[in-house]
Amino acid sequence: MAANFELLSEQGLRLDGRRPHELRHIKCKLGVFEQPDGSAYMEQGNTKVLAAVYGPHQAKGKNKSSESNDVIINCQYSQATFSTAERKNRPRGDRKSQEFKMYLQQALSAAIKSELYPRSQIDVYVEVLQADGANYAVALNAATLALIDAGICLNEFIVACTASLSKSNIPLTDISQVEEISGGPKLTVAALPTSEKIAFLEMSERFHIDHLETVIETAMAGCREIRDILEAAVKEHLLHIGSAADWARVC
Amino acid sequence: MQTLREFTRKTKRGNVLRIVREHYLRDDIGCGSDLCQYCFQNEVYQLTTRHQINSTLFKHPHYIVLDTNVVLDQIDVLEEDVLHNVIVLSTVLNEVKHKSSSIYKRFNEIIHDRSRNFYVFVNEHHKDTYADREPNESANDRNDRAIRLATKWYDTHLINSQSSKSFERSGQSTTRVILLTDDAGNRSKAESEDILVASAAEYVKSLEDFPLLVDKLSQKSFENEKQARPQYPPHLSMKELLEGLRQKKYLQGSFQASRENYLEGNVNVENYEKGILLQGRESLNRAVDGDIVAVELLPETEWSAPSEIVLEEKNVYADDVPSEERAQEEQQVKKAALAAAKTDERTPTGRIVGIVRRKWRQYCGILQPSLIEDTNRHIFVPADRKIPRIRIETRQAAKLLNQRIIVTIDTWPRNSRYPHGHFVRSLGPLGDMATENEVILLEHDVPHCKFSEEVLSFLPQMPWTITPEDYAKRVDLRDLYICSVDPPGCTDIDDALHCRDLPNGNLEVGVHIADVSHFIRPGNALDKEAAARGTTVYLVGKRIDMVPELLSSNLCSLVGGVERFAFSCIWEVDQEANVLNKRFHKSVIKSKRAMTYEEAQVMIDDSNEQGEIAKSLRNLNRLAKILKKRRMDNGALVLASPEIRFQVDSETHEPLEVEAKQMRDTNSMVEEFMLLANITVAQHIAAEFSECAVLRRHPRPPPTNFDPLVKAARYQGFEVDIESGLSLSHSLDKCVKVDNPYFNTMIRILTTRCMMQAVYFISGSLQKEEFFHYGLAASIYTHFTSPIRRYSDIMVHRLLAASIGADSTYAQLLERKSNEELCNNLNYRHKMAQYAGRASVALNTHLFFRGKEEDEEGYVLFVRKNALQILIPKYGLEGTLYLKSDKDGKDGLERIKSEIVFTFNEEDHTQRCGNVVFHSFDPVTVRLSLDSRNVQHEKLVFRLVKPYIKGFSVELVKMEVEGETPTCPPTKKSKKDKKKK
Repeated sequence: MAANFELLSEQGLRLDGRRPHELRHIKCKLGVFEQPDGSAYMEQGNTKVLAAVYGPHQAKGKNKSSESNDVIINCQYSQATFSTAERKNRPRGDRKSQEFKMYLQQALSAAIKSELYPRSQIDVYVEVLQADGANYAVALNAATLALIDAGICLNEFIVACTASLSKSNIPLTDISQVEEISGGPKLTVAALPTSEKIAFLEMSERFHIDHLETVIETAMAGCREIRDILEAAVKEHLLHIGSAADWARVC
Repeated sequence: MQTLREFTRKTKRGNVLRIVREHYLRDDIGCGSDLCQYCFQNEVYQLTTRHQINSTLFKHPHYIVLDTNVVLDQIDVLEEDVLHNVIVLSTVLNEVKHKSSSIYKRFNEIIHDRSRNFYVFVNEHHKDTYADREPNESANDRNDRAIRLATKWYDTHLINSQSSKSFERSGQSTTRVILLTDDAGNRSKAESEDILVASAAEYVKSLEDFPLLVDKLSQKSFENEKQARPQYPPHLSMKELLEGLRQKKYLQGSFQASRENYLEGNVNVENYEKGILLQGRESLNRAVDGDIVAVELLPETEWSAPSEIVLEEKNVYADDVPSEERAQEEQQVKKAALAAAKTDERTPTGRIVGIVRRKWRQYCGILQPSLIEDTNRHIFVPADRKIPRIRIETRQAAKLLNQRIIVTIDTWPRNSRYPHGHFVRSLGPLGDMATENEVILLEHDVPHCKFSEEVLSFLPQMPWTITPEDYAKRVDLRDLYICSVDPPGCTDIDDALHCRDLPNGNLEVGVHIADVSHFIRPGNALDKEAAARGTTVYLVGKRIDMVPELLSSNLCSLVGGVERFAFSCIWEVDQEANVLNKRFHKSVIKSKRAMTYEEAQVMIDDSNEQGEIAKSLRNLNRLAKILKKRRMDNGALVLASPEIRFQVDSETHEPLEVEAKQMRDTNSMVEEFMLLANITVAQHIAAEFSECAVLRRHPRPPPTNFDPLVKAARYQGFEVDIESGLSLSHSLDKCVKVDNPYFNTMIRILTTRCMMQAVYFISGSLQKEEFFHYGLAASIYTHFTSPIRRYSDIMVHRLLAASIGADSTYAQLLERKSNEELCNNLNYRHKMAQYAGRASVALNTHLFFRGKEEDEEGYVLFVRKNALQILIPKYGLEGTLYLKSDKDGKDGLERIKSEIVFTFNEEDHTQRCGNVVFHSFDPVTVRLSLDSRNVQHEKLVFRLVKPYIKGFSVELVKMEVEGETPTCPPTKKSKKDKKKK
């Protein structure tokens, strides 16, 4: 039944009133906690995520013994019990969380300048406070901000965005929870938008290969837009903390 | 701008959830009016200053906002091309969508018709018209408020737009916005908010230029009935119903009215084998055939049995209040039924307490002549006996009296004996061929309107020529001796054949199918229309095309001597018809000749013919015989069904001659190769697309289906083995009687009736073993060979083309879900097309016998308790010969004198009267005539001529007077019969 649901009305509006290419409302803030080395809070519509970064520090635990010289990126993804309409019983460690954790590590390792941090470890903790679609994408965006706040060197912004395809074959950007459960396909792209590289790509449900290119392009366009927003937020943050140390004029 | 929408919802498990959703409000939604100077308009203006309508109620130009109830109730008014400049609010659209999907579909069609100027305004997402739900406000109230808010906004918005100086100078009067609502509460609130408001009825009546539109208004109440006393018990509310259903206090099922007795019906309920019986007007409680109802079971002491009597409602007149007398009469009938019911025949009986869902549709029928002249109120008599009469109001009664019309039901209040409805449209004069065909098409839900402009726009441009690129892409087979063999008068030729000798002594056989998928590209309007129609429907003397005629009879049709595109399936076979290899490709062919079956047969038989075509046909014919034998050996069934053809007068379209269809060798030749092509293609696409291939299967019937056949054959001393298709086929072959040459055919007709329906399906949805086609004894089958008249074949063509790289795939082609939906539609359309075809044959048979009486030889197909089922091979006609007069003389029989008693022997299924015994398959002679006393239900009447039974059979002398002497010598025989007596 759900699959029959039309995601885009004939008047060109989506279920929540957006047009196909529009992102949800984005709010973000860096440096929300004192304890971790870097932290960020990110809101994309009703999906709300907190991220904290510890490190780089000496590798600990079983990672310590590992022979490799590479930086170890340790991620944890969890969803608050109150994040969904029905209370979640297992906030972390379930299959979905494990999967997302792997995906986060994969995407972040593409962005972090690993050669600068041999034999060290970076911990990234992400907590989804409210889940309303595109949880992974928002988590990754928050993690990026937290890494920047922690002062870890990145090749460039790594941002993620989702895209879907309506029944009339019009691609949709940044899909919400309603659209996700309505049964359309969901494509998640994590990209380095400046160099136009894709770090990670995942999709649920099938659609015809003819549309793949346009859907990826839509997601990439979304990534670029998010990157601009994040960049502006980072600048503002720097201005803010810099003004105390009189850096503001330098920027 | 953005806001949050919060609401609570209950999950399946019963948890209450709080759901929060984002809801964006925009400032870029245009109002769609060409008067507006503020809105950003990205669309063409839908609301214009043209198409002004003269209303005595609102003298200024106006736009109309509709309330949900107006759309739901007055859709017939809206469908008329009268109202223009209508603003459709998204609130209303959503409500309509939730309440009735069929009306939503119709409404959407109006909106899409750009000439109607309906503009959808997304008020729910507009920053100025969004209404947030207030605490303690019901969803309904909020929607009403949202509608008023939007109307008010529109009105002020337009007034502001028109207040500029330049507009004032132009001298036009200001365009206002009016709200049409039938909800009294909403109306009074709108009035207090200074919104121009009217009810739909008031508004329609105020339109001076369209007086007849009033007929189409939905009739919720009639003046004189408001105070009438209730005649039916009340229905329970939805809440009570659902509660009762959950507690198993009531049972839910679909209501089926009885065809014979208007006071009786049946509700099909799970776990009740025969359903629940309903008797009497109160028990039926305003249910109409097809409705989903809730029934309460009566205590066992009040159970009853279905009455055997036929009860037809007598004519009543619109202003009649049913008299006490009639109510008593009905009571008596009920009592009689109760008393007559023997205890062992009693079945669960109940009464309807409420309607879960109405399944009202539009009904065909005629107007009953009224006693009083100049009245607007009339009674409508539906063609379907299961539907009650409907009261309507119309001013055109005199005009409609001898026409078939369509009426829809609006409501059925407690105090009205009949449901209230309104006139929708007229189909044309009664008895007219075009009208009757229209009735058949409507009753079978066959889409038959003209192809829309949009659909036609996807046709190729004429003159159409084959370009060099086309030749480059296709295999050139123009030199081959290809010919087509079809029934006479066939213009949509979709298959052609060839056969030639190969140097290595083998033969090359090719089947060339019209390449329809070349012209119908997936996803466009033409494709969608064809998919919706599903199949071409053949009525007698009329064809309702699936694709426009340019394609079906011209560009796709493989006519002789013209270059055409084809999809070819070519085999190399040895002289024993073993397939050595096969290939598929798209090609260009030039059929050397389009022949009829008869011409082809003559050519094969004529040894003087030594042309390439004749040689090729002879080879094909020889191979076909081998193929057929092989198929039979595998257990394919030869089934028979009585089929007839009408010779139709080209002017009046009335049937002139009836004949049974003839089978020639060439029919079976073409059939064999089509089967071979279908099977070959089915194997190929099923291997290539394991998930989404469109195939056709014929399920094996359950053994109980064969019971009547096995029994009937056993009485005749034959044993039918139904173990497998093969054994069945063999045992059918053995059923031959020397003295009755038609016996074998009759047995096969009976076998056909035991079969299941063959259906389309998607390969991914079933296990491989279930692909089996029982009738053809093929492990896999599909339809490939008639793309001009079947959509399934177009799908198969596309799949095949994609698999050989001749065409590209597209999203829907490979999607299992959408293909499954498509198959369901095709199955439905095919069934309906078949029924429509049969109905058309029946209609023409009636026309043929109008004013005629004929004696024909026939056979007894079944012996029933009170009748004989007779088959007349000459016309392929089947009918009932009643032996007992329990039908109240209704079937054109004079009351049969009581001394003629037929005794039914249940053991060997015979009827005996004196010395005359009727067995199944006995030959008889019957007289056919048409009973047209009931204008809507003409029927053929069978009367016995031979064997003669005094007082029952028709007197033969009369026949001689009429001069219609039958083939058998009459007088002698009858004397013999008399002697016997």
